[in-house]
Amino acid sequence: MAYIDYYKILGLNKDAKDEDIKKAYRKLARKHHPDLNPNDKEAHRRFQEINEANEVLSDPEKRKKYDAYGENWKHAEHYEQARQQQQYAGGSGQRMYDQEFSGDFGGEEGFSDFFESLFGRSRSGGHGGGGQVKFRGQDYNAELHISIKEAFHTHQHTLDVNGKKVRITIPAGIENGQIIKLKGHGGPGVNGGPNGDLYITFVVEEDPKFKRVGNDLFTTENIELYTAVTGGEVIIETLSGKLNLKVKPETQQGTKVRLKGKGFPIYKKEGQSGDLIVTYNVLLPTNLSKEEKELFRQLKELQKK
Amino acid sequence: MKNELFAITTYCTLHGVEQSFINSLKDEGLIEIIMENEDEFIEEEQLHDLEIYTRLHHEMGINTEGIDAIRHLVHKLREIQAELNSLKNRLKFYEEG
Repeated sequence: MAYIDYYKILGLNKDAKDEDIKKAYRKLARKHHPDLNPNDKEAHRRFQEINEANEVLSDPEKRKKYDAYGENWKHAEHYEQARQQQQYAGGSGQRMYDQEFSGDFGGEEGFSDFFESLFGRSRSGGHGGGGQVKFRGQDYNAELHISIKEAFHTHQHTLDVNGKKVRITIPAGIENGQIIKLKGHGGPGVNGGPNGDLYITFVVEEDPKFKRVGNDLFTTENIELYTAVTGGEVIIETLSGKLNLKVKPETQQGTKVRLKGKGFPIYKKEGQSGDLIVTYNVLLPTNLSKEEKELFRQLKELQKK
Repeated sequence: MKNELFAITTYCTLHGVEQSFINSLKDEGLIEIIMENEDEFIEEEQLHDLEIYTRLHHEMGINTEGIDAIRHLVHKLREIQAELNSLKNRLKFYEEG
């Protein structure tokens, strides 16, 4: 746990006036505040630093303590205790020993261990204050990984949100990176205030057989040389079951076939789907018998004529 | 289902904001005020947005006209982010061949 230079974070000198601190904080807040930088983790992290710096430097008591102990923050509590004991006992003075502070990084309100070591977990009131302040609970963010097969169908999923089971319905067609908001499933409100919301970002895992582009699906199917040349039928696997495809005679390697409406369901548009594009991969025969080789050789001779 | 209502006077007291700020938000069309027995209320649905506007004004010194412009820009930003996400997914397909 290292010392944090709050003056440096706000771009100020140590003798900065209150007005300068307020101005610097507001300027940086307008740049990095999460309200103005949606889905930006770096901005959020930076804002937490700025917010903490402002929390300390804009509070006369905290600033005084921070300025007094600064880089000697590790000994702050003991110096405080010693000073209080001296005041109580009449100034005998006792030598204090070092003590390691420990704790989780980043409390509930996003303050660093350094801040909590100096000032504890309690936070001075923001605007308003008073014992019965009602605040909306904080918003939570979560990531949910699903397969392409799961994203293809509307299905239910149970999440564990801070020890609480939440059952959600995921509509078919959800896209990789899409964010869904679950109202009221965030942090509890304070003193009867409404709960925050839960934002879930979906990560749709890659599939070895199917590739998705928007609402279209792409897949490659192997077909035998004989089928490609003379035509026939092939059964293919899709995300909605098996399909029987007619292969035209003289189908070339790499031929693409578009199957309308057999692609990915369109999110929240029931009955509508994209297309499935099948690319044929013609397989050459292997382990030919003597007779087969001879027939191919005859075919080759016929081509020359 | 009827939305829960929050009294504007209570909101102002708890958050340390002035009634004039709420009035300016109403005049700008950013919030809707519901009158009941001559008291002003706001629906729970709008509370989240009102808290954002309060932060923009009190923490960042932005006036109501600015809040309106920011609201519009953030909305556009979210749309662009969604479109960018969709394009990234498509690009991944072509890069993989």
